[in-house]
Amino acid sequence: MKKKKYSISSALIYLVLTVWALTTIYPILWVVQNSFKAKDKILSDSFSLPVGDLFTLANYRRAFGNLNIFGAYRNSIFISCMVALVVVVLAGMASFALVRYQFRLRGFLQSMVVAAMMFPVFATIIPVFRMEAGWGIANTDSWGLTMLSVILPQIAGNLSFAIVVLTGFIRGLPLELEEAAYMEGCNAFQIFFKVVVPLTKPSFATVAIFSFLWSYNDLFTQMFFLRTKDMWAITRLLNELTSMEGTNYGLMAAAVTLVVVPVVIVYIFLQKYIIKGMTAGAVKG
Amino acid sequence: MGANIYKNKKPLTVFLLPAFLFIIVYLYYPFFMNVINSFRKIKTLGQMQAQWNDPWYTNYVELFHDPVVGISLRNTLIMMVVTIIGQVGIALILALLVDNIKTGAKFFRTVYFFPIVISATALGLLFNLIFLYDKGMLNQFLESMGKTSLTDWKSEGIALFTMMLPVMWQYVGFYFVILITGLNNISEELYESAAIDGATRFQRVKYISIPLLHNVICTCVVLAVTGALKVFDLPWTMFPNGMPLKTTFLTGTYMYYQTMIAKDVDYGSTLAIMLVVLGVVTSRIVNRIFKEKDY
Repeated sequence: MKKKKYSISSALIYLVLTVWALTTIYPILWVVQNSFKAKDKILSDSFSLPVGDLFTLANYRRAFGNLNIFGAYRNSIFISCMVALVVVVLAGMASFALVRYQFRLRGFLQSMVVAAMMFPVFATIIPVFRMEAGWGIANTDSWGLTMLSVILPQIAGNLSFAIVVLTGFIRGLPLELEEAAYMEGCNAFQIFFKVVVPLTKPSFATVAIFSFLWSYNDLFTQMFFLRTKDMWAITRLLNELTSMEGTNYGLMAAAVTLVVVPVVIVYIFLQKYIIKGMTAGAVKG
Repeated sequence: MGANIYKNKKPLTVFLLPAFLFIIVYLYYPFFMNVINSFRKIKTLGQMQAQWNDPWYTNYVELFHDPVVGISLRNTLIMMVVTIIGQVGIALILALLVDNIKTGAKFFRTVYFFPIVISATALGLLFNLIFLYDKGMLNQFLESMGKTSLTDWKSEGIALFTMMLPVMWQYVGFYFVILITGLNNISEELYESAAIDGATRFQRVKYISIPLLHNVICTCVVLAVTGALKVFDLPWTMFPNGMPLKTTFLTGTYMYYQTMIAKDVDYGSTLAIMLVVLGVVTSRIVNRIFKEKDY
């Protein structure tokens, strides 16, 4: 009798959990299936699968014809890879120094990092823009400089969070290995790159993935710095799409699919690192 | 012995300088410049010289006269309540439920977390399609359920709801993962001895899980409140320029609107300062209410 009651409540639990799971999965499936339908079919018959007469590739033909999707992907991936790479290297070095060295300014620098995490991007973006315009890297026609003008503030935006996460990991390393390397005649840089980095590779990967995703999805900075069409990154392109083709719902579904699907694939393979990375510091909202 | 390796302080500069140069040049300097900017007269973004406002506190007076500031503040406060009750609340229920099942916990974790990795802009477009008046997913669904009239999800009365629902939905998984990690840290023995004493499942949740999660929940609430202040992408994609009739502005989107659309850069800076003050004050208040406890 008791056994029976338990299975009923378990079934209820699974029911509730599944309902919420459906709310996260179904909207994505819905937009993917509608990206293969004509506009009028999306508005009248959006729940059926795109098979037979419903199926069309017109939206994708249009998306690739009218929008520079590959260009936007290239820009996005370039920006985000650079951000992730620089953040990991700089934050790694700084965290290593903050953990292993004893020096006068250490406490001060540590609280400086934590405080920097509180500054919302809204409060720094305007002076950053003016500063970069003064240096001649923002608001120019050059592709390289424009990319740089987005990459630099995004690096700064991720650094403090990355330092907080990485100091935690490096502090957990046993000192013996570094001592052994020191005995073998390694200097501090060799110790860092040959001992510390290989040992903390998973946490470095976590921070890199986190920075990459944050940069890939960050619309606000892109809105300020990416001014012309051929420099738009993928989120910026999507945002403009609404104003350009606001009523072309098929095209919008196709564009959303094109942006979301690569991320979903990456997520499925790397979800362990991603979940860990995005909740590790748990400070950045 | 270990300290010997790191006695030589010369490499220190090389390790620290690049990172801290970035932090100072791109975070601290702009932040203080922003305070100064809020007292100046600036009409274009890239402009270098500017005069002082007359009187210098003009923008701060304007904050109190601008009705949209009131609207955006009210909306942001509603957003905070929604994130606390909606995000942390739902996440807590889901986490407690997942904690009670044997198989599939990992699957649910993956699925629940997944909206967070998707760009909020893409989600904004997706929800535009879902809430479309004539006729998106929701109106089609309601029609098939027998509803005869279409609902305009973006009209004045209901716009706030339409804007906040996706924001809430997206981040439930984030708090879910934090809470489930906290639940996994509670030792199994506590539950076992409670079960021996005859505690029901519900009692175990009420008297063991919730009290031991107190500090984790507190962290989540602080994160939710400060996160609510930073929301930008989703509202801006779904309701650009605070449509309809500037009723859906949040402090962040209004700041962007003043700076980039209305071209009032110095007023935008002032709004940014207001945002920072609001963030500091609210997280203080939350910290006071949910004081950390030791068990």
